[in-house]
Amino acid sequence: MDADATRVIYTMNKRSVILFILLQILLVAAFSSFAAVLPQERADVMYHSYEGDGMSIDGPSVLVRKQIGNKVSVSANYYVDMISGASIDVLATASPYEEERTEHSVGVDFLHNKTLMNLNFTSSSENDFEARSVHFGISQDFFGDLTTLSMGYSKGWDEVGKRGDENFFEEAERQQFQFGVTQVITKNMIIGLNFENISDEGYLNNPYRAVRFVDPSAERGYRFETEVYPNTRTSNAAAINLNYYLPYRASIYGEASVFSDTWGIDANSYKLGYIHTFGDNWILDMRVRHYQQDKADFYQDLFARSAEFNFRARDKEMSTFSNTSIGLSVTYEYRFSPSSWVKKGTVNYELDHLRFEYDDFRNVLADAPVGEEPLFEFSANVTRIFVSLWY
Amino acid sequence: MQMKQRLLKTTVSGLMFAGILISSGCASIEPWVKPYERDNLADPIMSANRNPVSFSYTMHAFQAREGARGAEGGAGGGCGCN
Repeated sequence: MDADATRVIYTMNKRSVILFILLQILLVAAFSSFAAVLPQERADVMYHSYEGDGMSIDGPSVLVRKQIGNKVSVSANYYVDMISGASIDVLATASPYEEERTEHSVGVDFLHNKTLMNLNFTSSSENDFEARSVHFGISQDFFGDLTTLSMGYSKGWDEVGKRGDENFFEEAERQQFQFGVTQVITKNMIIGLNFENISDEGYLNNPYRAVRFVDPSAERGYRFETEVYPNTRTSNAAAINLNYYLPYRASIYGEASVFSDTWGIDANSYKLGYIHTFGDNWILDMRVRHYQQDKADFYQDLFARSAEFNFRARDKEMSTFSNTSIGLSVTYEYRFSPSSWVKKGTVNYELDHLRFEYDDFRNVLADAPVGEEPLFEFSANVTRIFVSLWY
Repeated sequence: MQMKQRLLKTTVSGLMFAGILISSGCASIEPWVKPYERDNLADPIMSANRNPVSFSYTMHAFQAREGARGAEGGAGGGCGCN
């Protein structure tokens, strides 16, 4: 399929989604339905950590949600990433570094005429990158709450800088359409379908990533130069998930998703999990997930010469690779007395172990002839420790 | 690639059809799971997004290292995660 045909299909999909959203808003307004509920009042304090590929990223996240009257619920989230070390992409061309990213978000949920709406603002700040986004979502239950239809729209603005280059300034805009249906199938089974269209425009590169090209005159036989990405990207993703309640207090769940974008990346993922409870206090969640993607059209591990093509990437997230993860979560739940201000509390530990294997991204730190270096692979751990209180 | 795009297109069409069916038929179809039969469905162990603070972080941690993005379900909100 050529690029024009691809573009036509994406444009059609995008138009279909917009048309559908408008249609649904009209339908939602036209038909009576059953009551939605506001999210539960709760507070969460979390420590998160990512360790892998020479990087260490950790920090806190605090999320508080409070109801005001019967129709409004507000939430606020404070999140920090403290980053140190350097991934293989950075080590090949630069030195390890340290930086911090802080994210704030506030949201309001509003229950009106039995429809739940929410509005969120998020801002993320680091020394070389600023991002702001706004999200609007609407959801409604039908059939006596057996079907929930939800739609969302987000718009984001990025400002990209570069350490060591005060004159470097680029911008990008992002737009997302989300659509989802959750359907109760039986008293023990629920399925969900989600679709999301995302389009980006502007500077979409990572300014620190570089491509390598063959240069016999160089000491190592190759050199690096700046990546060049197209300045637009449109992607579509669809996912189906299922949760089934077992005859004892336990459940199994699964999810399958497909993804495709105008850069030529095709991906799919599958997830399967089992949740088991021990008495009234302990919840154990075990899961496996597999993800696979094909590379972007303009990705290559090694280009034949400098500026070989108009667009070129060697960011490993653009390559052909797969990852498999196994995860475990343990929750201890405690119920306070009904007269207490706090109704329920949980202490949680969650760990996912990931293994990444790349098909066309080579480890240039290894001592080998140009283009014959071993393929890169690495493992990572994603940890969350948090306390939650419901009041 | 062609097959996946066709699959995505079919999914969109399917969702549209389901949405129209759902919206237009709500007056005539009886709910087959009664409110008093929903204890199991309401149990937190039936929700992938039962802990939003952890759900959104985990989604971000995976997505930052993968080319794919979107359709995870759960709470939206824009993530400023690029």
